[in-house]
Amino acid sequence: MNVKRFVWTAGLVASVRVIAGGGAAVAQTMVIRGGTILTVTNGTMVNGDILVEDGKIVEIGTNLSVPEGALVIDARGQFVMPGIIDAHSHIAAESINEGSVAVSSMTGIEDVLDPTDINIYRELAGGVTTSNILHGSANPIGGKNAVIKHRWGSDAEGLLFKGALPGIKFALGENPKRSRGGRRGVPRRYPATRMGVIDVIREAFTKARAYRKEWQDYEAQKAHGQADLVPPRRDFELEPLVEIMEGKRLVHAHCYRADEILQLLRVAEEFDFRIATLQHVLEGYKVAKEIAEHGAGASTFSDWWAYKMEAYDAIPYNAALMTEKGVLVSLNSDSAEEARHLNQEAAKTLKWGGLSEEQALALITINPAKQLRIDDRVGSIEVGKDADFAIFDTHPLSVYAVPQKTIVDGKVYFDREEDAERQKALVEERAELLEKLKPATEEKQ
Amino acid sequence: MILTRTLTILVLFSGAAASAQDDVIAITGGKIVTLAGEPIENGTIIIRNGRIAEVGANVAVPAGAEVIDASGLEVYPGMMDAVSRLGLTEISSTAATVDMTELGDYNPQLTAATAVHPSSEHIPVARANGITHAVTAPGGSGGFGVGGPYGIHGQASLINLAGWTVEEMAVKMSVGMVLHWPTIQTSTFDFSTFSRVEKKFSEVKEQYEDRVAELEDWMDAARRYAGESEKETDLKLEALAKVVEGELPMMIMADDARDIKRAVQFAEEQGIKMILLSGRDAWKEKALLAEKNIPVILGPTLRLPRTEDEAYDKPLTAASELQAAGVRVIFASFSSANSRLLPYEVGNAVARGLPWEEGLKGITLYPAELFGVSDELGSIEEGKRANLIITDGDPLEIRTEIKHLLIDGVPTSLDNRHLELYEKYRARQ
Repeated sequence: MNVKRFVWTAGLVASVRVIAGGGAAVAQTMVIRGGTILTVTNGTMVNGDILVEDGKIVEIGTNLSVPEGALVIDARGQFVMPGIIDAHSHIAAESINEGSVAVSSMTGIEDVLDPTDINIYRELAGGVTTSNILHGSANPIGGKNAVIKHRWGSDAEGLLFKGALPGIKFALGENPKRSRGGRRGVPRRYPATRMGVIDVIREAFTKARAYRKEWQDYEAQKAHGQADLVPPRRDFELEPLVEIMEGKRLVHAHCYRADEILQLLRVAEEFDFRIATLQHVLEGYKVAKEIAEHGAGASTFSDWWAYKMEAYDAIPYNAALMTEKGVLVSLNSDSAEEARHLNQEAAKTLKWGGLSEEQALALITINPAKQLRIDDRVGSIEVGKDADFAIFDTHPLSVYAVPQKTIVDGKVYFDREEDAERQKALVEERAELLEKLKPATEEKQ
Repeated sequence: MILTRTLTILVLFSGAAASAQDDVIAITGGKIVTLAGEPIENGTIIIRNGRIAEVGANVAVPAGAEVIDASGLEVYPGMMDAVSRLGLTEISSTAATVDMTELGDYNPQLTAATAVHPSSEHIPVARANGITHAVTAPGGSGGFGVGGPYGIHGQASLINLAGWTVEEMAVKMSVGMVLHWPTIQTSTFDFSTFSRVEKKFSEVKEQYEDRVAELEDWMDAARRYAGESEKETDLKLEALAKVVEGELPMMIMADDARDIKRAVQFAEEQGIKMILLSGRDAWKEKALLAEKNIPVILGPTLRLPRTEDEAYDKPLTAASELQAAGVRVIFASFSSANSRLLPYEVGNAVARGLPWEEGLKGITLYPAELFGVSDELGSIEEGKRANLIITDGDPLEIRTEIKHLLIDGVPTSLDNRHLELYEKYRARQ
């Protein structure tokens, strides 16, 4: 093997983790040429062009002139949609559940982001550009989230969706009540019933309210010029809860049954805040009216059911029915696999519940963007928004649609053809390495 | 609306077994994709005694026949889930509702059909999306997993997804023996302590060899048993004897290339017919599988690659890769709740190069052939059971709707728990 070849293949090994998206992740002026553009918020444009500068959409139209030096992406015969947004994900994190306590709001995903998780790339290859990385569902009040963009190859800091409103995970039902109970040698933990789950949340906000008052009193006294004041001790468990009450932090609440959904909405109203999203919310269709009145978004699965008791009344019509009843609905994955075909999951609502194509696409683009309060940046193809796109060879609501390119901030992070080349090279390299291994093995014997 | 629907169900369903005998049904005006030749535009199917009596372009409709107008629609053979858990589980996390896997490593005497719950809510749910019959197999682990523990788990049964009792449902009580091949795993997860358990390679390798040796002993014992003229009945050996005598195929679940190779070697040494189940690494052994003529019932195409460096789309392209290498590829859900998603597993493989007709045959004709029932099922031909679906388009496409479904020639309800809940809560003011 010559030196040049060796260096190249050695680089490849590193590239599996570091730049499986290729070396193309450079922001530059770009024109996506001639595709069918599914804007989601503004209809469909056939044979349209998109001009991208500095990672933003600058112009959408037909026959746009190509600025000098611009990268031209030929999308003729293809479909361009906004990058897919997954409102419930657990990828790219070293750990998910701090289940030892019933309230783990002092913890956060941002502290454990893993930018080398291959699922970031695999999901890019399914058109996903933004994900809401959530803490697990082991406790009634869980840890803080991290909204990320799939900037594969960047460091943890570089993954963060800067400016996204922070959030936190809550969880109701079977998961928090069975947590750490029933296993050998592990003590059971309160709560063990849905009564206890709601109590934990109410107790926590009661404490948080008192904590907020302590700080308000302190600030008021300080404003009056009172000297020698000792500030209250900071409490990292309660601070995020105060932020929730002040509308600075979004609650993403894992829930299944209609009754527990209602209980949570009422507790939130008691403390004068709103639930941003009900996650899973498989029985949301039973209380869609109450969810809509409260103003919570709903982020659900397309068709999973019967894997546990609280999922027995799950129906594939849930997303469509809640939409019909005025709830802001998104479809999420909760799974590194499911995330790779959220477009197909959205397609199921055409059949199960009769949504329109635009409504179906909204479930994985503009709706989750609104739920995460990032719809000024992403979720549709509009001038001024981030240049995040998923390009498919046919309509993305078809089972036959294969992702071709995925673009984040005007950079190509996934290119199907480039990937195929890379895979081929990897196969060759592996064969070569195995060949090299052979004599060594024989010598040993 | 709901009342009418309920009445229709009663009429249709109670008719399932009884009236099939004398009713004549004609399906007219649709495009018939027979899978036994070219599709027939504007064709007619005549069904008598639950079977296809005639199919063609110029077929007269007998007087008095019940006519299903399929104008503008398409008619296909009903879909067959080649490995499912239908009837064996209701709520996977609730053990009391799950009858998939017995205790003990060697249970060839068990038969899935004996535990099939005919009123499982999963059955009408699968049916509503075009699954008319399914192999239901013991050995699953429940939940989202495809696999399950090592061992001979018993015999799989082929059932129609309609009938008041399992006797009415059963097409064939036993179609294959399920064996989950042992594997070498040094690192496992222990749920009782919620931690990883690491074992020495030499230790797990020894256990692996012991298990293979035990399997060989069982096969030897079954062969001896089969050869004895006077003997005390041994139910386990009686069941295994069907495998050594070639009456039943061994459905061997294996994922690692190493295990697949070893299982193929085992089947060859034992002279038994093998079907590979799940086969995540089957693509690595495609030449071997093609050479030995071993069909694969692939696990879900919609799953993650096995390793970090495996191509992101390998589970999606594996089907076409195997097919191109000459391996017979069949698809299955390995699930109960997700059985209805079977056509989309295939659609995704078709999107990555598998010819459409091969994909469709992989959930109709090929599994019927594999389990020895292609004289009964799998295509639209005279004499076969009339298990049919009538759709408004390509059955592999997500938005396609099933408009009518017939099992043994009886128009069968598409109603199910999900539709009922939908209508009930949709009406809530």
